[in-house]
Amino acid sequence: MRRAGFPSNTVGFAIGLPLILAIGGLEAFRPMGLSLPALTGGLLTLDTMIRVGLFTIILVGLNLLMGYAGQVSLGQAAFYGMGAFFSAILTVRARALGIPPTLVEAWWWPWLVMLAGAFLVGLTAYGIGRPILRLRGHYLAMATLGLGIVVYILLRENLGLPHLNLTGGFDGIQGIPRLRLGGILLWPAWRYYFLVWLFAFGAIALGLRVVRSRVGRALRAIHGSEMAAESVGVEVSHYKAQVFGLSAAMAALAGSLYAHFQTTVIPATFGFGPSLELVVMSAVGGMASIWGAPFGALTVLLVQEVLRTQLHRVIPNAQGEFEAIAFGLILVLIMLFLPEGLTTGGLRWLRSRMGLRPPSG
Amino acid sequence: MWSISPDGTGERSQAPLLEVFRVSKAFGGLMALMEVSLCVWPGQIKGLIGPNGAGKTTLFNLITGMLRPTSGDIRFQGRSIVGLPPYRIATLGIARTFQNVQLFPGMTVFEHVLVGGHRHGRSGLLGAIFRTSRMRQEEAEARARAWRILERVGLAEWADRPAESLPLGLQRILEIARAMATAPRLLLLDEPGAGLNPAEKARLVRLIRSLHEEGITVLLVEHDMNLVMELADEIAVLDYGRLIAEGPPEAIRQDPRVIAAYLGEEDEVRDAARS
Repeated sequence: MRRAGFPSNTVGFAIGLPLILAIGGLEAFRPMGLSLPALTGGLLTLDTMIRVGLFTIILVGLNLLMGYAGQVSLGQAAFYGMGAFFSAILTVRARALGIPPTLVEAWWWPWLVMLAGAFLVGLTAYGIGRPILRLRGHYLAMATLGLGIVVYILLRENLGLPHLNLTGGFDGIQGIPRLRLGGILLWPAWRYYFLVWLFAFGAIALGLRVVRSRVGRALRAIHGSEMAAESVGVEVSHYKAQVFGLSAAMAALAGSLYAHFQTTVIPATFGFGPSLELVVMSAVGGMASIWGAPFGALTVLLVQEVLRTQLHRVIPNAQGEFEAIAFGLILVLIMLFLPEGLTTGGLRWLRSRMGLRPPSG
Repeated sequence: MWSISPDGTGERSQAPLLEVFRVSKAFGGLMALMEVSLCVWPGQIKGLIGPNGAGKTTLFNLITGMLRPTSGDIRFQGRSIVGLPPYRIATLGIARTFQNVQLFPGMTVFEHVLVGGHRHGRSGLLGAIFRTSRMRQEEAEARARAWRILERVGLAEWADRPAESLPLGLQRILEIARAMATAPRLLLLDEPGAGLNPAEKARLVRLIRSLHEEGITVLLVEHDMNLVMELADEIAVLDYGRLIAEGPPEAIRQDPRVIAAYLGEEDEVRDAARS
């Protein structure tokens, strides 16, 4: 065989799946009083791990868009928010919207809403993507940034229809129901954790398949040279809009899962700051890698957690600003020493240590 | 005897593969091409030469749809292709290489050729996500085809190398391989010999010859006069956006207008004529 490389995908699943299962099992059964926070010195909680799973779903999409197709999005949290509010509105406000109660109370209703939301948000993003993805570089960054701000303001201002009070304005929507699977309530948290990670691994598998396909090669070709890609028959504008739509649908799905986890959604969770944070996670994990998604999310959340709990020990009177500064410094260091992100950069280092060649698609 | 009228009623019995008919292109006030007409006949290697800035690359960009002509028509296999997006023109059977090599950084040599075969595939996002049996079969065929092309152009041993790590000569060969993977009827080569050493050029000439023997029609822009004279069976000469001569290499060598166009810039034509 010609393909002698590092079997990173097999290794990823072989380590990742049991680890995630072990953490879930630990929290579900609490053997001998052990728990995730106890084992990690309070650093990791199930709550954090659920967030990592949610961000993984978004980041796989964002990495396909930014790392593979080379199209920047500074407004990805908007799609996350669209999914979250779509689920919140159609479960909490469904009756006010005239949807029959028998439908709303069925266990499968939130799942249907979730799928419909991901589909519609993906379709919307495809429609928006056709024109705006003609822009390149900084201009595209500006356009997606603008898109994110518009969506945030629409959520905050009740979509411009205050009398309907669909999004709840600043305060958002409370009392979003927990998900059920038939008669089984997906709660306490460890049950929901399994659900989220099922989706997260699904997203990773999806990402890996896309990357190693005809479409994935077309996306990488577009990243390299749009002119050359087009010259061999790649319909550049279509593929760009398609991967934008896919990434938006994945963000929306994560948004729905977030809404049913948090049971409360407010617009501030989906503003410009969160969009930027997603880009940071993507860069830290490695944009041009699917496995970078969980690592990027975990690293950023962990660093934030450590700073929040430990910084005041080093600097006694440390305030919030100190956390932000230290966080920024750590990012600069990661980007300086591993500019390709933790996974791509780390694997390259490992391969060179083991004398292996990189695999080809 | 080589006179060719734009509507293709020359002395040849076949219809032209590509017909450029009174094409002009203006960039603002600058006329890059003025009323240029020429034909490329099936099975030909046609050379396109001219001093720097004569409009050769502009003509390539017009043919491949990357630019739109200000006026005039371009027909491929009898059908007008003006206004079609580049990817459509590629799927009709026109492939090209670039004067400044346009590779996909981070992708291997093999992957470049796979991307070249893009138009033979059908499977989209859903096929990739669900790994349908059709998608897998298509992928296997695409890999086999790409592999054959790599062996054919002699790049097989480089298959897993990142394309940007190849020496320039091989990068240019790779661009041809990528273009070949589209299975074109017409291949446009934009200065494939630029920056190559004699050994690399000899390899390039052999490759273009063998493609021609397979029945691929070639339109070749080249600065190296010896290379064009060696390969082309007919040459068109552009100067300041106008077609100033067209004919077999021997005639072009001695054409006073051609020599005048090159005088003062370089002596390549006369050098070539002497050799």
